[in-house]
Amino acid sequence: MITTLRSWGRTPQVHHADVRSMTWTDQTPDFRSIEGSVLPVGYRRSYGDSCLNENGTLIDCTAMHRILNVDEQQLVIRCEAGVRLDEILSLIVPRGLFLPVTPGTQMVSVGGAIANDVHGKNHHSAGSFGSHVICFELLRSDGSRILCSPTENPDWFSATIGGLGLTGIITWAEFRLIRIPSPYLLQHSIRFQHVDEYLEHSRESDKIYPYVVSWIDCSATGSRMGRGIFMGGSFVDAVQASSPDSDNNSRLVVPFDFPSFTMNKWTMRLASALYYHRQFRRESEHRVHYRPFFYPLDGIEQWNRAYGAQGFFQYQFVVPFESAKSTLHQVLANTAKHGKASFVSVLKNFGSIASPGMLSFPFEGVTLALDFRNEGSSTLKMMNELDAIVEHHGGRLYPAKDARMSASHFRKAYPQWLEFQKYIDPKFSSSFWRRVSS
Amino acid sequence: MNRHRSILIVGASSAIAQEAARVFAKRGAALCLCARRAEQLESMEQDLRSHGAQHVAGIVFEAEDRTHIPMLMQQASSLMGSIDAVLIAYGSLPDQQACQDDVERIVHEFEINATSVIAVCTEAAKYFLAQPQGQIHPCLAVISSVAGDRGRQSNYIYGAAKGAVSIFLQGLRNRLHPMGIHVLTIKPGFVDTPMTAHLPKNALFASARAVGKRIVSAMDRENDVVYVPGFWRYIMFIIRHIPESLFKTLKL
Repeated sequence: MITTLRSWGRTPQVHHADVRSMTWTDQTPDFRSIEGSVLPVGYRRSYGDSCLNENGTLIDCTAMHRILNVDEQQLVIRCEAGVRLDEILSLIVPRGLFLPVTPGTQMVSVGGAIANDVHGKNHHSAGSFGSHVICFELLRSDGSRILCSPTENPDWFSATIGGLGLTGIITWAEFRLIRIPSPYLLQHSIRFQHVDEYLEHSRESDKIYPYVVSWIDCSATGSRMGRGIFMGGSFVDAVQASSPDSDNNSRLVVPFDFPSFTMNKWTMRLASALYYHRQFRRESEHRVHYRPFFYPLDGIEQWNRAYGAQGFFQYQFVVPFESAKSTLHQVLANTAKHGKASFVSVLKNFGSIASPGMLSFPFEGVTLALDFRNEGSSTLKMMNELDAIVEHHGGRLYPAKDARMSASHFRKAYPQWLEFQKYIDPKFSSSFWRRVSS
Repeated sequence: MNRHRSILIVGASSAIAQEAARVFAKRGAALCLCARRAEQLESMEQDLRSHGAQHVAGIVFEAEDRTHIPMLMQQASSLMGSIDAVLIAYGSLPDQQACQDDVERIVHEFEINATSVIAVCTEAAKYFLAQPQGQIHPCLAVISSVAGDRGRQSNYIYGAAKGAVSIFLQGLRNRLHPMGIHVLTIKPGFVDTPMTAHLPKNALFASARAVGKRIVSAMDRENDVVYVPGFWRYIMFIIRHIPESLFKTLKL
């Protein structure tokens, strides 16, 4: 069975020899019967090719989706690796608990959250997901099982967090939870006129709010370059009428690929201006449910199809604070020069909490995530120019979002890749890994 | 509207059954699971407890072991106190090409998908009939298949077994209706489960979760026959009404 699959960015489109399902944690797939390499995957929400394995086999782990224990006293959950974050949330939020770290979508598996060492709006106050992992089991293709924790097999623990699924299959994991007073946050929004204004004030503001993210208008130029909205939030007590926690939270679906002209620089500029001015006052404050706060795009199913059949690229980098200003100026000027619109442009500061992951993406500094509709070589050319800017300023790209960085760029940005390579399971590989390591 | 409090699930490790079990668990029901391996039972029991099940028990069960079936109801009722619903969810999807000329395999597939299911249904009916009538109508819910609605060359061994189950349930429903015992036939179409992981998914595929939820609501509402998702009722209506003289010429 030849299967053509895409990741969330819908580019590239890749042939696989087979997709096998792993249903039980104690089961060992018959690796010997599989020709070529394997890669464990969850819901394939990575944007690029880190969750694809061209001409190889994928091991779909989403049927391992049982929650094994929720300890409300110790604030610990143990679950199988295929459990999706929204399943956990629907179970723990009514009990006044929350994930310690959550990415911008709840549609990812726990295994994927570990393998990509995902981060969220609280990176500056809580670090990445890996910082909250207590232990997990790693199944290797020789059938051995390694219990990994900061004290037991710490090298395997460190290689597997952020290890892109290459060190083996995570079968189950245990991680910490946090307490929340209600499912609601108080969100404070502040408009900033220029990216410099963001850089001047955001680190101070980070101290006030556990959750922070900023949206920037990439189509604005000159004195308004990188204008945007800073959003800080913290969980608060539910007051007055709190609407019931509904299970049915999908409102919109993008049912087909939008024609390619619908998202061009003019519509994007209009949408960005509307979004920026939606907030009339410079500052506002309101109460929001955790879902729209953390997962604004999950409300639109298959929003990735809005970019048309050619798909899109995500481009997320981090640079140290010292070089952030110069990097952001150059990056924004460059995308403007190329007329490439990015509507979902997210700016955030990463804090100093280091993740245990060997190949983890975040380090202390500023991260910017952009997305670009795939317009072929012109898009790739621009991203190569951005790579040069990022590299020059000591930054690096996020593998979970990448489909095109060069091997030399990756190796310079992640010199620890050599050390990491020792932990890769000989049977395991991915399209991403072959691209950056060969 | 029926709200079953203690449910026996035979074939609990099927993806659909696990999702249905979670809906019952969230209501705080008591559950008794039957599956092939003790390790499977353990992780499912933990999951259902985490989801709020008041009580979860497990029985190691092999569909091929006919001698076990007569004891199953007693075993489950002593583990849970009583049984007010039975959901039968096991089955095997054989490779038609590989077994269509192999009598042993055909008989074996029939044993799993039809004979043993009919045996469990019979024991469940006997159990329910022996109980005093109460507030809740007892329910026997069985996962059959759209494949049982008409024989097609690509899947008729599975289809014949499922068809046998569907017809058996029609008769049983007819017989048990006066006694207030609800018999539900569930006919899923394509479902996204480990059994179909290798197939490219199209719009006809339903998630195991949606199917699981629909089963529970059909049990609550005392439906007789449900197609899941519902559009299969119309697809199968058309398929059933194609004249045989034409149908036999189609590549289905």
